Amino acid sequence: MATLNVLILVCLGYVVLLFGVAFAADRLAAAGRGRWLRSPLIYTLSLSIYCTAWTFYGAVGNAARSGLEFVTIYLGPTLVMVGWWWGLRKLVRVGRSQRVTSIADLISSRYGKSNTLAICVTILAVVGGTPYIALQLQSITLSFSIFAEADPTGLYREGSSVFWVATGLALFAILFGTRNLDANERHHGVVTAIALEAVVKLVALLAVGIFVVWTIAGGIEQMMDRIDSSPIGQWNIDASRWTTFTFLSAAAFICLPRMFQVMVVENDDESHLRTAAWAFPLYLLLMSLFVVPIAVVGLDLMPAGANPDLFVLTVPLSQGNDWLAMLSFIGGFSSATSMVIVTAMALSTMVSNHVVMPIWLSAQEGSASVSGDVRTIVLMARRVSIAAIMALGYFYYRMSGGGAALASIGLVAFAGISQILPALVGGLFWRGATRTGALVGLSIGFGLWIYTLLLPGMGGGLIPVSVIENGPFGWGFLRPQALFGIEGIDPMVHSVMWSLSLNTIGFCVASLLSFPSPLERLQGAQFVNVFDHSVAPQGWTGSVAQSEDLMIMTQRILGTVPAQEFFQAEAERQNGRPGRLPEPTPGFLQRLERELSGSVGAATAHAMIGQIVGGSSVSVEDLLAVADESAQLLEYSSQLEEKSAELTRTARKLREANTKLTQVSAQKDDFLSQVSHELRTPMTSIRAFSEIMRDADDLSADDQIRYAAIIHDEALRLTRVLDDLLDLSVLESGQVSLNVGDGSLKSVLDRAVSSALAGGDGSLIVRRVRPSERIQLHTDLDRLGQVFINLISNAQKYCDALEPVLTISTHDVGGQVVIDFVDNGSGIPPEAQSMVFEKFARVGSDKAGGAGLGLAICREIMQRLGGDITYLPGQGGAGFRLSLPLAYRQAAQ
Amino acid sequence: MSRKVLLIEDEPNITEAIRFLLTREGWQVETHADGADAVQVIVAAQPDLVILDVMLPGKSGMDILRDLRELKSMQALPILMLTARGQSRDREMAENAGVSRFMTKPFSNTEVLTAVRDLHAQATRL
Repeated sequence: MATLNVLILVCLGYVVLLFGVAFAADRLAAAGRGRWLRSPLIYTLSLSIYCTAWTFYGAVGNAARSGLEFVTIYLGPTLVMVGWWWGLRKLVRVGRSQRVTSIADLISSRYGKSNTLAICVTILAVVGGTPYIALQLQSITLSFSIFAEADPTGLYREGSSVFWVATGLALFAILFGTRNLDANERHHGVVTAIALEAVVKLVALLAVGIFVVWTIAGGIEQMMDRIDSSPIGQWNIDASRWTTFTFLSAAAFICLPRMFQVMVVENDDESHLRTAAWAFPLYLLLMSLFVVPIAVVGLDLMPAGANPDLFVLTVPLSQGNDWLAMLSFIGGFSSATSMVIVTAMALSTMVSNHVVMPIWLSAQEGSASVSGDVRTIVLMARRVSIAAIMALGYFYYRMSGGGAALASIGLVAFAGISQILPALVGGLFWRGATRTGALVGLSIGFGLWIYTLLLPGMGGGLIPVSVIENGPFGWGFLRPQALFGIEGIDPMVHSVMWSLSLNTIGFCVASLLSFPSPLERLQGAQFVNVFDHSVAPQGWTGSVAQSEDLMIMTQRILGTVPAQEFFQAEAERQNGRPGRLPEPTPGFLQRLERELSGSVGAATAHAMIGQIVGGSSVSVEDLLAVADESAQLLEYSSQLEEKSAELTRTARKLREANTKLTQVSAQKDDFLSQVSHELRTPMTSIRAFSEIMRDADDLSADDQIRYAAIIHDEALRLTRVLDDLLDLSVLESGQVSLNVGDGSLKSVLDRAVSSALAGGDGSLIVRRVRPSERIQLHTDLDRLGQVFINLISNAQKYCDALEPVLTISTHDVGGQVVIDFVDNGSGIPPEAQSMVFEKFARVGSDKAGGAGLGLAICREIMQRLGGDITYLPGQGGAGFRLSLPLAYRQAAQ
Repeated sequence: MSRKVLLIEDEPNITEAIRFLLTREGWQVETHADGADAVQVIVAAQPDLVILDVMLPGKSGMDILRDLRELKSMQALPILMLTARGQSRDREMAENAGVSRFMTKPFSNTEVLTAVRDLHAQATRL
C-alpha cells in the first residue's frame, strides 16, 4: 500500500505541474502566441468544472444509494447544451457586449445597473457557494483519510491538511485569477490548468471504470449480470425527483458563478459554444459511463457501512491496486481544486465589485474626482475576497463537521443558486422585466430556499425542531417542509417547487406592477435585442464632465498605458487625430463606462462616472422618448440604416452619372468646335475671295476665273460637310428609313467603282475578284453603295503609292458576306487605327478636303444594315473589312 | 525697307487670299503649311509679323505661340492669330499665351488689313 508520503509527494508534484501549466499559458497568451489556448476544445474542457468532487465521488455514492437518479445531474446540463444553446449564445453575446464580469454584474447591469440587485446576487452566491467549497475541501480530506487510515506513521492530521489545501488553493486563485484587472482580458493560465484537470479527472474515472469492469467483474457480460442482480438494478423512478433534479442541474449549470465565469467571462469566441454543444455532453457521457458499475462492484466488495461516496478510491485500494487508487485520488483532487479555484475567483470578483467598491466609492463621495489608485484597491479587494471566501469555506467545513452526504450539499447549493434563473432568463428575453420584479423574485426565492431547505437541512441549532415539526408560533401551514399543508413530498422537491414558483410569480407580478427607470429600459432593450442591436443608444446626456478628471480616474482603474491608449483612440475618433483629450460626448462616456465595467462591474463603473459627470447620467425625457418605444426605435433605426445605405448608393450613381455627363459634355464641346472649324474654313475662303472680287478693280481675267472657281469649290465643300453632318446625325439618331431591296453585290460594286473613279484623277487601279461577287443581297443597296464609294474615294485620296492599287475581295463566311478593301499605300499608323471611325478623325495632314466624317458615316451605315466595318491591320496598305448579313433583317436593327 | 509677313496656314485657299491682300499692301509674304516645324521656320525667317492659324497639322497654333514667347528674341514679335473654332476659351488661352491680336474666321479683308497695319505700326513705334 502506498504510503501517505508518496501520496503527498505526488499531490505536491501535481500542484506544481498545474502552477507550471498556468504560468506557461499566461506567458504564451501575454506574448500573443498559443492560439490553441483559445480553442473550442479548451473552452469545452473548462466547462467541465461543472463536474466537481461531488460528481467525481458523489455520483457513485448517489448511484449506490438511489440508483440511476445520479443521471439527472448530467442530464440537466446536456439538455441545456443541446436544446438551449441559442439561449447560451445570447447570454455570451450579452456578457461580451456589456463587458460583464460576473453573474451578479449581469443581473445588475440588466436591471439599470442596480447595485442592490448585485449585492443580493452576491450574497446568494456566497451563501450557496460556501457549503459547496466546504464540500470540496471535505472530499479532499476524506480521500486523504482513506490513505491515512492505512498509514503506519500516523502523521496525518485531518484539520491541518484541510488548512493547507485551502491555503494552497487560495494562493493559486490569487496568483492566476487576479493578475489582470479587466475580467474580459481572461485568465488563460487558470483556464488551461482547469482544462488539464478536466482531462485528468476523466482519465482517472475511466481508468477505475475499466479496472472495475474488466479486471474485477471480468467483462461486460459479467458486469451486466452483476448490475441486474444488484439492488441498484431495481430502482423505481420517482418522477417528481427526476424532473426536479434535472431541472435544478440545468438551472445551476447556467446560474452557478463558476459556470458563468468559464462559460461567459472566459469565453474567447462565441463560436466555441457550437463545439461545446456536442463535446460537453459527450464529456458528461464519458464521466457517467462507469458510475453504475463502480457502485455495484463497490456495494458487492466493500463491507457494509463503507462510505459509497469513496468507492472510486476504496475499490482499487481493496484490490491492492495502489497506483490506480492514486490516479483516482488525483482525479478527485483535480475535480475539487478546479471548482474551488474558479468559484473563489468568480465570487471574489462579485464581492470586490459589488460590495467593496461601492463602499469605498461612497467613502469617496463629495470629492470632485476619484482619488487614490483604484487599480490597487480593486486588486487588493479581489485578493482579500478570495482569501475570505476560502476561509469561509474552511470554517464552514470545520463547523459542519463534514458528516452529511456529499450529494445533498451539492443539491442544496444548486437549489439556492437556481433562484437567479427567473431574473436571468426574464432579463434576457422579456423587456418588461424590471428591477423591482427581480428584487422581489430573488428575495422570495432566496428566503424560501433558506427557510425550507438550508435551515432544516442543517439540523438542530439554527432552527428549533419545534418549528420544523409544528411551524413557527405553532402555525402549521408554515412548516418549512410542508408549506401550506402540502405534505408527503420529498423536501428537496418541496423546497424547489415553492421557492422557484413563488420566485417566478413574484418576479412577473412585480415587474408588471412596477415602472422601470429609463436606464433599465435602455439596458433591457440592449439585452433582449442584443443580436439586432449593434449600436447602443447613448445613456449620458448633457454632461459637464471634465475630460481631465475622467482621464485621471480611468488611469487609476485601467492603468496608465491602457487608459491613455483608450483616450487617444477616442480623441482620434472625434477629431480625426490623436493628441488632445476627447470631448466628453455621450457616446464617449458610454464607451468609457463599458471599458470600466470590465474592471469594476457595471454598477460601480456607472456610479464612478456619475460622480464625475455630476449625476446627470440620463436625461429622463430623452430616454423615455427613446427607450419607451425602443422596439419601434430599433425598427426605425434599421429603416434609417437602410435609407442611409440607399442614399449612399444613390449618391454613387449620381456621381457616376455626373462623370458621364461631364464626359459627354466635353465630347459635345469638342464636336461643336470641330463642326465650327469645318464650316468656317470654307466660308473664310469664300468670303475672302468674294471681297477681293468685289473690291479689287484691277484683277486680271485669269485671276477672276480662278478666284470664282475657288469660291465655287469651297461652296461645294461646305455643302458636302453639311450633307455629311446631316447624314450622320440622321444615322446616329436612328431615324433613318432604309430602302431595302434586292440586288447582286457585283452590280452595287460596279456602280460604286465607276462613280468614285469619275471624281478622281484616274490614277487608281481597282482590282476585283468578280466571280465571287455573284451574291444576291437583300439590304439597302444605295447605302451600301455609299460605303463602297467612300472607301474607294479614300483610297484615291490617301493611297500614297506611286501606282496606287485597290484590291476588293469578297468571301462568304457562314451566312455573312465579307468584303475587304486593301490598297498598296503605307496604310494607317497603328496608333491612329482605333481612331479612324471617330468623327473628324483625320490621319496626318488633310489636304483632300474631307471633313473626317466619311468613315464615321460608313460605320453608322454598316451597323444599321446589321453588319460592321473594321480596320484590317497587317495588309501592307490601308485595309478595311466590311461584314454584312446576306439578308437584312429588321431584328438586326 | 521691305516688310516681311510669315503666314502659317494649312488651307491653301485661305493662304492664297491673304497672300493676295498683303502683297497689294506692299508686304513680302512667305507661307508655311505645317505646324510641326513652324517655330524653327519663324525663327529662321525673322519676319516683321506672323499670321498664325490655330488648327494646324503636326502642332497646334496655340503651342507654337507658347514656344515662341519662351524665346527671348520672339517676345516682341507681333502675332496675329486666326481660328475657325468658335470658342471663347480659345481667345482666353491665346491672350494668356501672349498673342498680339486674335481673330475668328471668317474675317473680312478690311479687318485683316487693319489688324496688320495696327500691329506693324505699334511694333515700329516701339
